[in-house]
Amino acid sequence: MEHTEDYTTEELIQSRKAKKFNLWLGMIGMFMMFAALSSGFIVYTASGVDKGIKTILPDTFIYSTIVILVSSLTLHLAYRATKREQIGKQKLYLLLTIALGIAFFVLQTDAWSVLADRGIYFVNNNASQSFIYVFTGMHLAHIIAGLIVLVRCLWGAMKPIPFPENQFRMNLAGIFWHFLDLLWIYIYVFLLLNQ
Amino acid sequence: MSSTVISHGAAHHDAHDHHQETFLTKYIFSQDHKMIAKQFLITGIVMAVFAMVLSILFRIQLAWPDTDFPILEVFLGKWAEGGRMKPEFFLSLVTIHGTMMVFFVLTAGLSGTFSNLLIPYQLGARDMASPLMNMLSYWFFFTACVIMVASFFVESGPASAGWTIYPPLSSVPTSIPGSGLGMTLWLISMTLFIASQVLGGVNYISTVLNMRTKGMDLWKMPLTIWAFFLTAIVGLLSFPVLVSAVVLLFFDRSVGTSFYLSDLVVQGEILPNEGGSPILFQHLFWFLGHPEVYIVVMPALGLTSEIISTNSRKPIFGYHAMVYSLVGITVLSFIVWGHHMFVTGMNPFLGGVFMITTLIIAVPSAVKAFNYIATLWRGNIRFTPAMMFAIGMVSFFVSGGLTGLYLGNAALDINLHDTYFVVAHFHLVMGSASIFGMLAGVYHWYPKMFGRMMDTRLGYLHFWLTFLGAYLVFFPMHFMGIDGVPRRYYTFTAFPFMDKWISVNLLITWAAIVAGLAQVAFLWNFFASIWKGKKATQNPWNSNTLEWTTPVEHIHGNWPGEIPTVYRWPYDYSKPGHDTDFIPQTVPFSETMSSNLPHDFEGNEEAIRIQEEWNKANNREVTEGEG
Repeated sequence: MEHTEDYTTEELIQSRKAKKFNLWLGMIGMFMMFAALSSGFIVYTASGVDKGIKTILPDTFIYSTIVILVSSLTLHLAYRATKREQIGKQKLYLLLTIALGIAFFVLQTDAWSVLADRGIYFVNNNASQSFIYVFTGMHLAHIIAGLIVLVRCLWGAMKPIPFPENQFRMNLAGIFWHFLDLLWIYIYVFLLLNQ
Repeated sequence: MSSTVISHGAAHHDAHDHHQETFLTKYIFSQDHKMIAKQFLITGIVMAVFAMVLSILFRIQLAWPDTDFPILEVFLGKWAEGGRMKPEFFLSLVTIHGTMMVFFVLTAGLSGTFSNLLIPYQLGARDMASPLMNMLSYWFFFTACVIMVASFFVESGPASAGWTIYPPLSSVPTSIPGSGLGMTLWLISMTLFIASQVLGGVNYISTVLNMRTKGMDLWKMPLTIWAFFLTAIVGLLSFPVLVSAVVLLFFDRSVGTSFYLSDLVVQGEILPNEGGSPILFQHLFWFLGHPEVYIVVMPALGLTSEIISTNSRKPIFGYHAMVYSLVGITVLSFIVWGHHMFVTGMNPFLGGVFMITTLIIAVPSAVKAFNYIATLWRGNIRFTPAMMFAIGMVSFFVSGGLTGLYLGNAALDINLHDTYFVVAHFHLVMGSASIFGMLAGVYHWYPKMFGRMMDTRLGYLHFWLTFLGAYLVFFPMHFMGIDGVPRRYYTFTAFPFMDKWISVNLLITWAAIVAGLAQVAFLWNFFASIWKGKKATQNPWNSNTLEWTTPVEHIHGNWPGEIPTVYRWPYDYSKPGHDTDFIPQTVPFSETMSSNLPHDFEGNEEAIRIQEEWNKANNREVTEGEG
């Protein structure tokens, strides 16, 4: 880790601004990846009448959407508590967010089993249906990264790390988690429009 | 992340000297942008030599397809039994040569080296936005290189589906030997490489936008920085698309999905995959693949701009036009990928659209070429080795770019695609041009990297042999291509219509061998000069940019004491009225009263008034057109 005691105030602020900016750029990169999958899906699905999702998406996705929306809310509450230096509340809401994140993960995998029960497998000659697994799976891979970020925040709050550092960490984690939330909504709407 | 914070910082303002000393710990040094730049460069050079040896090997096969070379068996073993290279291995050589040159040498070796070296230096930053990410970027790249080289040591050989890894050769592990473990290693290596590029690119963009020193507004940035900045944006937007393509490819290979596969019979066995589209992969691949060629050439253009201006002792001609043409190339690079797919059965209307966008790219490219020539025009040219390579870069960019107009034409491309005409085109316009830009950069910034000078005479030897060698290798290929000689063929004697090209192939191979040997002059010069080169002065080329205001010895944080402030653009060379032929960016206008022009003050009335008073007092007459 960096030796920030060597930075002047001005340089520290500049470096934080740059790091936050890095996160935004990273999210643009992630978005491009999903945009590529979307265009791949569109090109593939347009290649024949026998292609397409050809099923109603499992209701589980509705529940998982609610869960991840609530998790964004709890994370926002955790961030608000951090700003007011209420460490106890911050930890509580963080724990809640992590639990909801895990619940989202479980629900998504549950949706896979619903699909599989209907005979819609990942290995499928109609790759439009395989795409559902790719979209959700790639998103879950990012959720794992998000959970790691949240656990790190929780760990920082338990220690506890100094206030400005804690707040900065929570700020970045918040931006990333809300992004994952929005990303899921994008994917869900995209799939709904194509079902 | 930071551990001690703001309240602490204030005290350090006063104790500035002490604060500098503590920067010099070994741990921090390894995250230093200057060190990472050198790591990228040396790894890039090693990869370039490796990939060059591969090309010499397949050139030997092409020139003497019916001759045995027992020595080959000594080195290549079962891949050259009896001294004759196997066709499968020939394909691997071509594939890995392309992959290494495009990605490892001209992307990581070029951007990685010079973005890391010059972005903090020329912008006046202590380091990159995130030194940790920067370090990770290098180590991901290094691991990718190791894995790619390691694929030569697996039994079935390295990947051999071409650097574009089109399915089904890449997605059916049983199709050819190279489709097996070699292809898997290729995919792992490239995934790590993409991670490296995204980490690096995010850092470059962020540093340019957030870490500029006081006075360094965007329009005072050197063209090198503009080029690196826009290159990083192209990379950030296109590399993640390749991730998607590779993820789907991985599922097709290893899980059994049918994204790209349909109706295949491999070695008498019918594959179960149905409904996939190999064209889908081509779309996803070229959405990265085409921007990638601009990722390769734009940094070279940036380095060339800086070197040509410095060594012509003239301001770069059309600074704003240079920036806007880079921006134009950046935008256009994303809407031309279809020109790689004219013959895939694409809708002719769509082909027409891609043809038009492709031909439009000629406009910003030509603007750049003309501006280079206009910069040289009546300049006080110093032919340093760096300058020779920079001019060589422009030469290749022009002669390779012209054939792009033919290939970009959808109708002509039906004849020319997959022939040696294509090979000639891209080796000149992005291969040779970029490598010359990179070499120009190495010769020019070597004193900044190593504190010593490279030998000039070896530099000239290296330049002339490489320059003539590259033209002798690639120019004749145009004629072969027009005659219909296809790319990637293992032996020319198998087809009577190609027999007449054997003598040309001999010439090309000998030229390649000589140009290859010429690189020994460079390698010797590069590595020996690290220890034995003449000690460099602080600003050996009398250059204006900020990196030459740092001490010759590298220190962490780049500048002892405060970071310098910038007052002017970086191209004030030979400004009329000034006593030297260069004015560094750090010199305020108050110190150059005898050469200031009204437009230097950007409408600052107070400054203009002071200047006019001074002009009157000193009998200086300024006409608006001066300079």
